[in-house]
Amino acid sequence: MKENKLKLVISHSPHVHAKSSVNKIMYMVIIALLPALIVSLAYFGLGALIVTLTAVLSAVFFEWFIQKFLLKVKPTITDGSAIITGLLLAFNVPSNLPIWIIIIGSLVAIGIGKMSFGGLGNNIFNPALVGRVFLLISFPVQMTSWPTPGGQNLTKYFDATTGATPLGLIKEGVKNGETIQQLMTKLPSYWDMFIGQMGGSLGEMSALAILIGGLFLIWKKVITWHIPTSIIVTVAIFAGILHLADPTKYADPLFQLLTGGLMLGSFFMATDMVTSPMTPKGMIIFGVGIGILVVAIRVWGAYPEGMSFAILIMNAFVPLINMYSKPKLYGEVKKNGK
Amino acid sequence: MVAVKTFKKGGVHPEDNKFSADKPFVKAPLPKMAIVHLTQHLGAPAKPLVKKGDKVKTGQLIAEASGFISANIHSPVTGKIMKIEKAIDASGYKKDAIFIKVDKEEIWEDGIDLTTDLVKDIPYSPQEIVEKVKKAGIVGMGGATFPTNVKLSPPPGKKAEYVIINGVECEPYLTVDHRSMLEMGHELMVGTKILMKALGVDKAIIGIENNKPDAIKHLSEIAPEYGNITIQPLKMKYPQGGEKQLINAILGREVPSGGLPIDVGVVVQNVGTTIAVYRAVTKNMPLIERTVTVSGKNFSNPSNYIVRIGTPIKELVDFAGGIPENTEKIIAGGPMTGKALSSLDVPVQKGTSGVVFFASEEAHRKPYQDCIRCARCVSVCPAGLEPYLLMSLTEHQMFDKVRKEHVTDCIECGSCSYICPTNRPLLDYIRLGKKTVMDQIRAERAKQQPKK
Amino acid sequence: MSDVLLNSVIVLGIVGSVSALILYFVAQKFKVEEDPRIDDIEEALPNANCGGCGYPGCRAFAEACAKSDNLDNLYCPVGGNDVMKKVATILGMEVQEQKRQVAVVRCAGSYDNREHHNEYEGPENCAVAHQLYGGETDCHYGCLGLADCVRACNFDALHMDKKTGLPVVNEDNCTACGACVEACPRDIIELRVLGKRDRKIFVSCINEDKGGAAKKACSVACIGCGLCYDACKFDAITMFENLAYIDDKKCVLCRACVEVCPTNAIWEVNFPPRKPKPAKKKVAAKPTANNTTPQTKEENKVINVTDLPKENTSKPDENTVENKDNKTENKEDTNSNENK
Repeated sequence: MKENKLKLVISHSPHVHAKSSVNKIMYMVIIALLPALIVSLAYFGLGALIVTLTAVLSAVFFEWFIQKFLLKVKPTITDGSAIITGLLLAFNVPSNLPIWIIIIGSLVAIGIGKMSFGGLGNNIFNPALVGRVFLLISFPVQMTSWPTPGGQNLTKYFDATTGATPLGLIKEGVKNGETIQQLMTKLPSYWDMFIGQMGGSLGEMSALAILIGGLFLIWKKVITWHIPTSIIVTVAIFAGILHLADPTKYADPLFQLLTGGLMLGSFFMATDMVTSPMTPKGMIIFGVGIGILVVAIRVWGAYPEGMSFAILIMNAFVPLINMYSKPKLYGEVKKNGK
Repeated sequence: MVAVKTFKKGGVHPEDNKFSADKPFVKAPLPKMAIVHLTQHLGAPAKPLVKKGDKVKTGQLIAEASGFISANIHSPVTGKIMKIEKAIDASGYKKDAIFIKVDKEEIWEDGIDLTTDLVKDIPYSPQEIVEKVKKAGIVGMGGATFPTNVKLSPPPGKKAEYVIINGVECEPYLTVDHRSMLEMGHELMVGTKILMKALGVDKAIIGIENNKPDAIKHLSEIAPEYGNITIQPLKMKYPQGGEKQLINAILGREVPSGGLPIDVGVVVQNVGTTIAVYRAVTKNMPLIERTVTVSGKNFSNPSNYIVRIGTPIKELVDFAGGIPENTEKIIAGGPMTGKALSSLDVPVQKGTSGVVFFASEEAHRKPYQDCIRCARCVSVCPAGLEPYLLMSLTEHQMFDKVRKEHVTDCIECGSCSYICPTNRPLLDYIRLGKKTVMDQIRAERAKQQPKK
Repeated sequence: MSDVLLNSVIVLGIVGSVSALILYFVAQKFKVEEDPRIDDIEEALPNANCGGCGYPGCRAFAEACAKSDNLDNLYCPVGGNDVMKKVATILGMEVQEQKRQVAVVRCAGSYDNREHHNEYEGPENCAVAHQLYGGETDCHYGCLGLADCVRACNFDALHMDKKTGLPVVNEDNCTACGACVEACPRDIIELRVLGKRDRKIFVSCINEDKGGAAKKACSVACIGCGLCYDACKFDAITMFENLAYIDDKKCVLCRACVEVCPTNAIWEVNFPPRKPKPAKKKVAAKPTANNTTPQTKEENKVINVTDLPKENTSKPDENTVENKDNKTENKEDTNSNENK
């Protein structure tokens, strides 16, 4: 017997759902990136604006184009993930990067880093980092000339005056035989580095701004504390050991933490949920791996900055990490006992 | 002040929507035709003892347990057996049921004490208690419907240390256990003592979530009269009412994977079951009625009823005020583990604890997307499983791997599907994987039997 | 410059020759002796690796053939009798010709025949829906229409007909490998033998409910009336749980059962249309014994069994016309888009 006009819906339980959704998560991340964005505009003005807008718009465009015409699926640009990829790519490049290079970077980030694997959720490597590393290797000159912050550069774009980053200075200096102590005098103070008064890519400037955004995400339970903490602690310990061994050749931990893409990478790139491990235990292993690799590349590698490479290398290990760091079963029965 | 506890691993926090928490029980009228299914419990269906044309009295045994894990079924009404044929139940399929046309006059079976005064003396031995519980056809009324007499008979070598009474009621909307604790608190206490005597334990703990402060207060006040029964308030978290999670919350112990609560010395019983045990042992009352909450966000009169088993849900709903406008989904049970009904001819059974209406805004699922590997499902799973992986393996039909991933430990609480940001039907596939693996295990066991 | 060239050629030549020698000796030392016929058999097989033979892949089947004394229990449904003859020749054995089988969908509960009373929401997966409940219709035995069978088929022999909501078998492509039979959680699909000229007769229903309930749920359900059982002179029909079943090994394709079925639940496939009979009166006597008189299934086809429902809603030429469509050329793309 059926009720008149009553067509009931049948589905498996549960019949209620939490208010979580992909959009909410993505938009939280965008909000968390705003402090860093404001700092970058404050320091690099016009250049930052152009680079950020180009990266975001081209990333969104390429995702829409590829989904609509090549994959022939419904475009998902409204879920916010392309915007984040664009923003993070922008944060990883200097503010005087030519527009055409940015666009190529977006295409590689979205097309190769994300869509070729099957779209959101299926990629192995962090898309923004794939784009960034591609640009770094293909256009080394443009990708390694950083405008100095503030002053005249606020209204200039590709004609901004450039200077070296602290990491670059250290790398060159140590190669030339100078000691860390001598080099540190040429660099901005720790406080300046903390608030961003130094050369670098758009998002790498202010550890303070990144920290605010990162803590916001942890508070809102979008990310957990495991990855950022394990990276920072590992870097501090590893760099600390090196610094204690030979203070003239190796910079101190605080320097390592405040310079380069370490903070940005720890809170926003390594914590990308698609490319990071699934359990707290796995996340810590992941973070320790990144910490070791980034210090190793910075100190012994050819590049002054190793965060992007460190994260990409550990991304490749995530499936293996997942296999060996399963969550603890309730009522786990150990093989040789109760 | 007793410290508030909760279980360690996983859990989610759905809105509790306890709209009917302050509504005392109302007795629902007898149905016109009682539809009593032969399978209202885990285990083998009961065997009918009556045939078409027989006249039966209320409380008369009409089907008997067939096998070790099975239960007796008694007539909930006085009337005439019209037919024994298949009728739809909450499983969504038609199963054998006894149809009883209800007489105007009620005649009770001999031996049943209809008085309502409290009986505190239990002059029975443990075996006699278990026998009375078995005779009365009591099964777990929290929804699991496991035959209670089997739970009260631990296998040789296993001894119970604690009795835990499950007053958690973590499912949204449902308030029958809450009201039972308030209105039948003394019966609950005596029932607890009966269970303690049957199992030979001297310690009992009643776990209650702290969204029921009045129940905690009331039971804490009367508990001292009854000996060693403590009340343990618990922090609200779903699925605390699952017996494995409840044991972990109250005692900190973990039931071993593949094992039972008795392995850690505990027997857990629902509040409703305990009160039914009291009635069975002191008044010889078989299980013929139960408490049901009828509720919903768009329902004008969320309330609690005492309903005879076999009452078609349609008749209960009409008595409660009728289906509200715009209803597109009706659940038997609670929204996290309940079954969506395809027909209101489904009768109230021994395990039906609620009827919840969902309006069109909340009745539909959203389309789902690829897994974004956010690991929320892993962090909320109370069993410590990886739901995203179980779904993926089941989709690809890799059942050997599904089995290795401990799918049989899944308690089907639904926390994973609840939390997934891309709305993936995790539990749908996990259920399929679990069933396939259980069938494999059963087939393997059956193959081994002849050798024994 | 030429020095470099000469040196390169010499060095690489030596490296290449030494490697080749090493590889040759190693290959000889660790060679696995295998029956050479296995390779020949494997080449003769279709190499679809579908598992229809019951072995994990064509190589395994080839090994099984080479190892056994006779080919009685070994048959490749995809390759069929031609391939088995080749295998027999390679092995020097005899092989019996097997009758060709195809998958048959034993449900005719299309949208027209079965009313849908509720709405299923969940993944488009029959096994999941089957575990959940009886389905959107009142027939809890019938096809759920979510295409598990279509996805299981490796030979593009099944597609979902959007108009009816039922799967359709393309008999040209069907290799009777059995994947769809395994996939269907309700055992609706069965492998049946094809008679001469690819004919077959089967009961297109597996509903075990009593006649009244079955008919109420679906207008072309088998109601278990037993008329076909009475009509069959070859003992090919059995009745069980309100359902008729035609044994394809005993059926001689005489069509006696088809004529008498009151709900048109029995299908005849690839038969010529019957010659039209002259106009009938309302109630007519049943034709006597021998069922060779051609009959048409027209609107005024009547049954002289009084206690059967009179509302004979049999759609006249549907069966004969639709049956031809089973050999349809146009295959629609299966819509396996899961609820996106």
